[in-house]
Amino acid sequence: MITGTPKPIEEILEMLEPYDNIILAGCHGCVTVCRVGGEKEVQVLASTLRLAREAAGRKIAITEISLERQCDPEYVEKLRPYVSDHQAVLSIACGAGIQFLAEKYAITPVLPGINTGFLGVTERQGEWAERCQGCGDCVLHLTGGICPVTRCAKSLFHGPCGGSSQGICEVGKDVKCGWQLIIDRLKALNQLENYGKLKPYKGWHTSRDGGPRRILREDMI
Amino acid sequence: MLPCTGRIDESLLLKAFENGADGVMVVGCLEGDCHYVSGNIRARARVKRVYEILDKIKIGPDRIRMFNLSAGEGSKFAAYANEFVGKIRELGPSPINLARGGQVHAASQKETT
Amino acid sequence: MKSGSNLEKVLAAGHFSVTAECGPPRGADPEVVRKKAAYVKGNVDACNVTDNQTSVVRMSSLAGCLLIKEEGIEPLIQMVVRDRNRIALQSDLLGASAMGVRNILCLSGDHQKFGDDPQAKNVFDIDSMQFIHLVKSMRDEGTFPSGKKLDGAPKFFIGCAVNPFADPFEIRVPRLKLKVEAGADFVQTQCIYNMKKFKEYLELAKKQGLHEKVKILAGVTPLKSAGMAKFMKKMVAGMDIPDEVINRIAAEPKEKQAEKGIEMCIELIQELKEMEGIAGVHVMAIEWEEKLHEIIGGAGLLPRPVVE
Repeated sequence: MITGTPKPIEEILEMLEPYDNIILAGCHGCVTVCRVGGEKEVQVLASTLRLAREAAGRKIAITEISLERQCDPEYVEKLRPYVSDHQAVLSIACGAGIQFLAEKYAITPVLPGINTGFLGVTERQGEWAERCQGCGDCVLHLTGGICPVTRCAKSLFHGPCGGSSQGICEVGKDVKCGWQLIIDRLKALNQLENYGKLKPYKGWHTSRDGGPRRILREDMI
Repeated sequence: MLPCTGRIDESLLLKAFENGADGVMVVGCLEGDCHYVSGNIRARARVKRVYEILDKIKIGPDRIRMFNLSAGEGSKFAAYANEFVGKIRELGPSPINLARGGQVHAASQKETT
Repeated sequence: MKSGSNLEKVLAAGHFSVTAECGPPRGADPEVVRKKAAYVKGNVDACNVTDNQTSVVRMSSLAGCLLIKEEGIEPLIQMVVRDRNRIALQSDLLGASAMGVRNILCLSGDHQKFGDDPQAKNVFDIDSMQFIHLVKSMRDEGTFPSGKKLDGAPKFFIGCAVNPFADPFEIRVPRLKLKVEAGADFVQTQCIYNMKKFKEYLELAKKQGLHEKVKILAGVTPLKSAGMAKFMKKMVAGMDIPDEVINRIAAEPKEKQAEKGIEMCIELIQELKEMEGIAGVHVMAIEWEEKLHEIIGGAGLLPRPVVE
């Protein structure tokens, strides 16, 4: 899923300074699962903002709406009847959702209520971890199902570097060395011979470095 | 009526403040004694989150507190309630009620006591 | 000769070689480099100039190389892939070669988290292994990685670094083998204090015949004090300093610890000198370049040979 973290309330209040009547838009997709942008979070954030603004002597009216997904046009359309009656939309979907709203409702400011994080998994309740950078050229079949681009702090293709110590990466004691994980897993799979080959320079053009990406499936259009 | 403090979520607690409460006292069963296993533990975490929110938006974190009691501790309940109300009186009306003016404040005091 | 560098010549002639390192200053003052160069001169076959080590911003390694070259020292440029994509790497290689730098050490680079600018964006377009391959293909094929012909190939004696003390140990020799296959001519190791573990590593490398394919320069760093030893052990990832080493220097009174550190370093070099498969020593006297003469001379490695 796409993960995220709430923006500090002070930052949101500052963003909302010019407005007295807004929509707070949640999303039932990834951000609901990682508990940062779903219906419940809409309620809590709306109450928080109303309280803060009223205590500061300037009320704000908030219409609470959660869409099925903010990244699909048919759901984004559902906001249309409400948008013109409001001065701005505060979205707590991921960056993709927020931008999609912004481009569909061109004359209404759309503001971010969360900081979008990474493509990750739920390791346990309340803890999410990154697994994929969407680089566009997967090598997981060569690296024991563990991504060197994402799991190694230096994205090395021939790790581990000299900073790997007892399974821990040099960047922090809570960070596992991705290459230690790869080696352990290759060993378990009896595929350590995959390690001994020089890998070609990675083409980052399939990653973000090639500019904004697009997937076009002619068969589906 | 709530069957368990585990049903209380953050938005419900914040709504109480929006509705004019100067303080919110959450009373749950003793920890380890929840009929629904961990309802009161979840409530404690949610109360803590609201405590942090109230602190950040300058309503004052001490306006919310959780107590744990068994059903047989009537006198203790009364003592806790008096203590909490005393504390809220000391703090005075919440900034929300101050902003709304004295009228609402009087009503909210009735609610809490 | 692949590069014609002095280091390459000394090693090819079968001499036990000596390199040292010189960290450029945290500012634009060339005098700092010249002062360090004076301590290095005459004591080494080539001198590494570090590239923003530990991600702390310093004068560029190329500028440092040129400054020591002016002082008559053969430079060995360190280059990290942390800060440069393949475009910048190629360009800097051409520039360094054009200015007469003939030795290079291809490195990943410490993560930027340790330095002045932990919020910086890192690059890691290619890794150190691929960087070795890049230098070799430019030198030997005379082409850019894109396949286009170079207008004059860069000439480098290609080095890499290894840390025999990092984990997992079992992958350390296979990783060295990969670096050799990628094109490394020589290797400089992380500072050795744990001789037992290093011997284990060297035996494994020798079993693969790696010592015959690559010149292994053993890294040493003199300890200034027991405090420094404890600090390095605790703070530097992949630094292996056994307790008996620390105890030996700690047994001395404070004012004699530096002297003891030098004595221990000399002993270590003498031991390394006798080991089969060790082609030289890399002395990293960190901010202590003035002791290089004493250490290298003490180990019986002076004067340095002149090879035509």
